Amino acid sequence: MSTRIFGSGIKRREDPRLITGEARYTDDIKLPGVLHMAVVRSPYAHANIVGIDSSAAEAMDGVVAVYTSEDIGDGLAGLPTAWLIPDSDLKTPEHPALAKGKVRYVGDGVAIVLADDRYRAQDAADAVVVEYEELPAVIDPEEAAAEGAPLIHDDVEGNIAFRWAPFDKEASDAVFEAADVVVSERILQQRLLPTAMEPRAAMAQYNPATQELTLWCTSQNPHIHRFIISAVTGLNENKVRVIAPEVGGGFGSKIPCYPDEALVSWASIKLGVPVKWTETRSENYLITIHGRDHVQHVEMAASNDGKLLGVRATVYAGMGGYLSTAAPGIPTILHGLLYVGPYTIDSIYCESIGVMTNGTPTDAYRGAGRPEATFLLERMVDNVARALDMDPVELRRKNLIPAFEDGYDVAAGLTYDSGDYPAAFEKALDMAGYSDFRQAQADAQAQGRYLGIGVTAYTEMCGLGPSQVAGAVGFQGGLWESATVRVTPTGKVQALIGASPHGQGSETTLAQIISEELGFPVEDIEVVHGDTTETPMGWGTYGSRTTPVTGAALAHASRKLKEKARVLAAHLMEANVDDIEYADGNFSVKGSPDQAQSIQDVALMAHLAWNMPEGMDPGFEESQFYDPPNFVYPFGTHIAIVEVDAETGEIELQRYIAVDDCGPQINPEVVAGQIHGGVVQGAAQALCEGVIYSDDGQLLTGTMQDYCMPKADMFPNFELGETVTPSPHHPIGVKGVGETGTIASTPTVYNAVLDALAPLGVEQLDMPLTSAKVWGAIQAARS
Amino acid sequence: MWPNEFDYARAGSVDEALSLIGDEGKFLAGGHSLLPVMKLRLAAPEQLVDIGGIDSLRGISADGGLTIGATTTHAEIAASADVQAMCAGLASACGQVGDQAVRNFGTIGGNIAHADPASDPPTVLVACGATIHIQGADGSRSVSAQDFFVDLFETDLEDGELITSLSLPNCSDCQCAYVKFPHPASRYAIVGVAVCLKMDGGTCAQADIAVGGATVKAVKCGGAEAALTGSTLDDAAISAAAEAVKADIGDWLAGDIAYPESYRQQMAGVFLRRAIAAATG
Repeated sequence: MSTRIFGSGIKRREDPRLITGEARYTDDIKLPGVLHMAVVRSPYAHANIVGIDSSAAEAMDGVVAVYTSEDIGDGLAGLPTAWLIPDSDLKTPEHPALAKGKVRYVGDGVAIVLADDRYRAQDAADAVVVEYEELPAVIDPEEAAAEGAPLIHDDVEGNIAFRWAPFDKEASDAVFEAADVVVSERILQQRLLPTAMEPRAAMAQYNPATQELTLWCTSQNPHIHRFIISAVTGLNENKVRVIAPEVGGGFGSKIPCYPDEALVSWASIKLGVPVKWTETRSENYLITIHGRDHVQHVEMAASNDGKLLGVRATVYAGMGGYLSTAAPGIPTILHGLLYVGPYTIDSIYCESIGVMTNGTPTDAYRGAGRPEATFLLERMVDNVARALDMDPVELRRKNLIPAFEDGYDVAAGLTYDSGDYPAAFEKALDMAGYSDFRQAQADAQAQGRYLGIGVTAYTEMCGLGPSQVAGAVGFQGGLWESATVRVTPTGKVQALIGASPHGQGSETTLAQIISEELGFPVEDIEVVHGDTTETPMGWGTYGSRTTPVTGAALAHASRKLKEKARVLAAHLMEANVDDIEYADGNFSVKGSPDQAQSIQDVALMAHLAWNMPEGMDPGFEESQFYDPPNFVYPFGTHIAIVEVDAETGEIELQRYIAVDDCGPQINPEVVAGQIHGGVVQGAAQALCEGVIYSDDGQLLTGTMQDYCMPKADMFPNFELGETVTPSPHHPIGVKGVGETGTIASTPTVYNAVLDALAPLGVEQLDMPLTSAKVWGAIQAARS
Repeated sequence: MWPNEFDYARAGSVDEALSLIGDEGKFLAGGHSLLPVMKLRLAAPEQLVDIGGIDSLRGISADGGLTIGATTTHAEIAASADVQAMCAGLASACGQVGDQAVRNFGTIGGNIAHADPASDPPTVLVACGATIHIQGADGSRSVSAQDFFVDLFETDLEDGELITSLSLPNCSDCQCAYVKFPHPASRYAIVGVAVCLKMDGGTCAQADIAVGGATVKAVKCGGAEAALTGSTLDDAAISAAAEAVKADIGDWLAGDIAYPESYRQQMAGVFLRRAIAAATG
């Protein structure tokens, strides 16, 4: 090989089938005799169910059955919450697949209709008459936690599902009392809709003869889905097969196990025929988890000379009507532990209060807890700079943790693996031309134009993570991954992985790892995923963990194979193992370059097993379980330059510079793709995305006509840069990069806008920064 | 996105379409307004009569003025040299409807029959004095665009009547523009302003102005027109027009949760300035 495959920006191998529309998603799979499920959903955010009359629906053509929670009885257990955070007085209210007596958000399922046709199923669902007694609803998490708020679950007193604060409050208070400067802000992390391109879908096929259930569904973690479906249906886990075919994005929204997946499973078991459900986009916005939803009261302490001393926050995190699968872990473990960021901040404190509301359940959405932490940190650093009349860049520079190569302990109890924050910071500032910008900004202002710059330094915790830590923080699973590298007799590779990529390009990057380690051409390597029967156990694709964790498992499995190949090659060439040299997929004998065995030759001979060394087993396949010793901590600096049109309040994002360090890049094109998408998603939170509910809990942003998805023409060409700081504990040094864009970009864009608005007297605004809001704030500041 | 059951028929002529429509029917052309509301089950017509194959309803002719068939697509209007010459604002507005796929399918007749207040073409049609030609079981009639649009999603069209075409005066000696402030989610107009100016030397002899998006229907803005007429389009006149336009639309304001009426009303002034600049630029 003339060019090293590792580090090469080869095209994503997934893309031809995705771009041509040939990929097969759950909804594309047709089974004979399938029944279509439509769900009767609550139009109220909070109501008692007085009665359900399904007689008209049942009499309609093509309708096979209508079921309510009474019909299901104990046929389905409630959906479990699988992140039981410790020391938080956690309550896990029952989450039935269909509402029992009471609905708790608009979209809560009340009944299911099974019919021979999707249209008829919907007609019949509309014909089910449900009588409700409407109850007062509450949407804002801080209001829901206040005295006198409507009680959503009888067994969750005060709507408080948990109260998590594993920090030394006295020590934190002491830091704040002694500090020269304390700044504070109430920050709203608005609700967001994950909006994967493919909505959710599920199809179940139960075979009464073998008592086996196959569930095709949109999952980021089919092995976790198998575990939960087994638990709620009572089927043995080895009788449940979960297949995630092509999955069109998830951003976290396809981690949880939802009622719909349980319901198709139950209905298929009950009726003995396949049952299918596919979400509409409107349903997706109503019932698939939302992200964020924090009300944060944040303070930062600093000394007069600009040393950042402490951060503390009280966070009201809206959980929605039920606790989704991983929900309690998001505003706690994945949030409060991140308050140090890339700075030498010695004191942090977070009290995170999980509050039941009458909104759609929330859970992990790209970044999951870490964007909410990075935003408040970066927002407060800018506030400190303003309070001290200090350049925000100088303030950050002064407080960045110096470069370290192998471990840095921070106040949160985490040990960052490696980092060179100043290098990425200075590189980004150079690319942006920071010092020149400040002059340009002043010149523009003299002409009545308002330019602003936002600079974010970040680090984040991903590559989740050591299983021992998962256990200690109440995650009801491990966080290792496993992989099998299987080579066929003709020298073609199947890599079987337990993780379940769904758009990240992992089929390409993981193949590059194997190719690098073993010398098979990347075209000869297939990465197999998304089927609990075909693949070994794994915990799924989320938390920027597939490249670091599965990648490590594959690297180790490949290295075991390579060692076997080396011994076998030596045997075949009647040479000493120590004399075998390896290069580009070929084993040769030192000093006799004409004698060589290719990796393909060796694979064939291992399968034939005609001439094996003493004690060596036949076959050419190795497996590896890999439990990471630590998280990985990618980092970087992002910079945005904006111009605000004071006449309209419109914001133009003029430049976006992102310098990210995810260790060695396996495929720079894939890395760039992840950063581009992440930046767009995060910038959209700052600029335009946000769920709006009416006071009585109706979703007012229920379609893309009202919920503003980012569009390509809102963005400039991104200017990407990188630094390379390998993770010391990882076999190939890589860190995750799936969430960094989302984590860094929201505060970057927000702070840039507030910088532009500073001369106009605007100091705070809630996201998203719509033109109407910005214009209104300018008018208010002027009057 | 599962519409209720409906019957579908394809008409070969206007007479056939009118005979098929019945009491609970809807005409279907491009479908880009009707089908979404059917999929959301906000509308449930029992009968769709597809008029997309009726040749006499489609096409643009320029003979003194412009005549545009009802099933002419937005893309065809935007690309038409005749429309660009005789009513540049309409070409511009049709070029800003939806995206290219919508413009390739969506028709001008369907657009105005739907009467979405934030759609672009109605604003220009009202500004430029278009006439809508309608045929029903009892014969044909014509109505001015200004009278055609009655209120939010409400027109002068009676049940069973079909828009056959619309006509516009030749405005090739006008300076005409349509400027839009798109809603970032839907790209419909937060406010859209159409301006058509007839200049006599340096003096504005006639100003025709309409505003949409910020209003429940496209509104002709007499106050703003008066402020410009007879002026040299100097700063004072333009400022007066930008103030007057807010009053002109005061009785018809519309908004949503993110972009309320008050904001849109103010933006009408800003975008009137921009529309005048675009028309005269």
